[in-house]
Amino acid sequence: MSTFQLEIQLVAAVVAAACALPGTFLVLRRMAMMSDAISHAILPGIVVGFFLTGNLSSPLLILGGATAGLLTVVLVEWIRKTNRVREDAAIGLVFSSLFAVGVILIARFARDIHLDTDAVLLGELAFVPFNRLILAGRDLGPQALYATGVVGILSLGFILLFYKELKLATFDSALCATLGFLPGILHYTLMGLISMTAVAAFDAVGSILVVALMVGPPVSAYLITNRFGYMILYSVALAMTASIAGYWIAHLLDASIAGCMAVMVGVQFSVLFCTAPEQGVLAAWKRRRHQKWQFAIKMLVIHLLQHEATPEADRECRMDHLQDHMAWEEAFAEGVVSRAVSQNLLHTVGEYLELTAAGRELAREAIIHT
Amino acid sequence: MNAVEVRDLTVAYRESPVLWDIDLDVAPGVLMAIVGPNGAGKTTLIKAILGLMKPAAGQIRILGKPYRRVASLVGYVPQRGTVDWDFPTSVLDVVLMGLYGRIGWVRRPGRNERREAMEVLEKVGMTGFAHRQIRQLSGGQQQRVFLARALVQDARVYLMDEPLQGVDATTERAIIDILHSLRSSGKTVLAVHHDLQTVSSYFDEVLLLNVRRIASGPVSKVFTDTNLRLTYGGRIAIIKDAP
Repeated sequence: MSTFQLEIQLVAAVVAAACALPGTFLVLRRMAMMSDAISHAILPGIVVGFFLTGNLSSPLLILGGATAGLLTVVLVEWIRKTNRVREDAAIGLVFSSLFAVGVILIARFARDIHLDTDAVLLGELAFVPFNRLILAGRDLGPQALYATGVVGILSLGFILLFYKELKLATFDSALCATLGFLPGILHYTLMGLISMTAVAAFDAVGSILVVALMVGPPVSAYLITNRFGYMILYSVALAMTASIAGYWIAHLLDASIAGCMAVMVGVQFSVLFCTAPEQGVLAAWKRRRHQKWQFAIKMLVIHLLQHEATPEADRECRMDHLQDHMAWEEAFAEGVVSRAVSQNLLHTVGEYLELTAAGRELAREAIIHT
Repeated sequence: MNAVEVRDLTVAYRESPVLWDIDLDVAPGVLMAIVGPNGAGKTTLIKAILGLMKPAAGQIRILGKPYRRVASLVGYVPQRGTVDWDFPTSVLDVVLMGLYGRIGWVRRPGRNERREAMEVLEKVGMTGFAHRQIRQLSGGQQQRVFLARALVQDARVYLMDEPLQGVDATTERAIIDILHSLRSSGKTVLAVHHDLQTVSSYFDEVLLLNVRRIASGPVSKVFTDTNLRLTYGGRIAIIKDAP
């Protein structure tokens, strides 16, 4: 593996972690689409920052972008509060307008530079190693690594320091306010960090992948844990895994790295959506199937209990009788009986079905508790 | 000194008042029901007392001081539906949130706090549920958890928004018992309440509210047919036991 390849993967992993960290909060606050809004609306901020500094790698660009991102959040909330427009519509309105302003600014004044709309939307990780941070003549590595690294560390520090407060503000912002914890300030700080992350990341991966990395891994993590802290941890791990896997797939297919990373985020989700231990589709299906069999077994043991030691027992407690009287298909009836036998609830004597002590116990309990 | 004192409180949403010139005195150790039709401003009153809504006019004092100065002495039980019960956290964790105010910024709850939270869970009969994911709770259990979260604060004044909403008879009994034990240890409770038939058996005092304060005071004195008609307009059939 060449240094270039290593650097690209390093940047990809750091970008992924930096996006997934604050993304967890967006998902839990049901504001996932805000990441889409912010990652687009930062464009005019970046362009203005560029006009002021004449330099595409100035930290001022991050500040300019963060300001535009916060402006988006404020505008959306302001429009929503008028109760004339719903939040989803307000988001669509605000970010597309701001993004369009950015597009016009670029087309009108910045045609000759690298800052074009394609680069903003898709980014290009493969070019990341060419843009290097050089201090006092020494090459310190790709600039993108430092930009996203610093923003990622800021997010991490903020979340670690105010973990408890952020959890409360996300779960119950009214209680957060009554206990004196300033949910408004926490909220806007978080939004500011998300905007800064989007600016730092867009150069490498583009604003569309920013959305994928902020929303996808937290949603996947949500499927496999019931605990807030683990959800953050897992979403960072998932995001980093998806970015490295995406890099190698892009390498194999000779395709866009950012694109493959986003696809991997989707693949992760699909796999977990099916196989997650509690909340996965497969687990739910198994649970339902199990319940169906258990219910049938209960019906059977109750039926046997009612009729055992009665004159008609000979007729009622027979295998072939189940098909007629319970209206069960042969295969189903056999399935129920064999499961009940293996759970030691009854045993078969030829065609005759006889409850065990445990079977009688279950039947009695089932009658009492329903 | 009154536990809660509200003077000339007006809260408006834009220019239309939700609460008009409310005066209210609640003595310490009183269990007070807040009663009124939908849109009467019951939740707004609680939120205004807690400083969650800015009044257009008026003054609120809790234990003689503005809310900010006594925040840790006030417990709040919001409506169950105001939070997302799919949030990835456990029952114990939610109860611990009640202690965040006392713990202060940045510090995390430790072993002592967890012990206190467990004790309170026992009071509300939820010990076995401490490590349950909150998504798995029934409505009554959710309400008990919310109550526990306020109780663990060991506040002196409790404000509860419909603590009996959507709970079964057992939970209702359990919650009322807890409210009564709060009263016997000198705490003050204001609770939004919907079931007019149980007001007199559960509460000492009542505030009849419909944007304005219709009446407030001991249930035996102010919970009358006349006042109820004034509160609910013509829309209520008064069902009361024969004298």
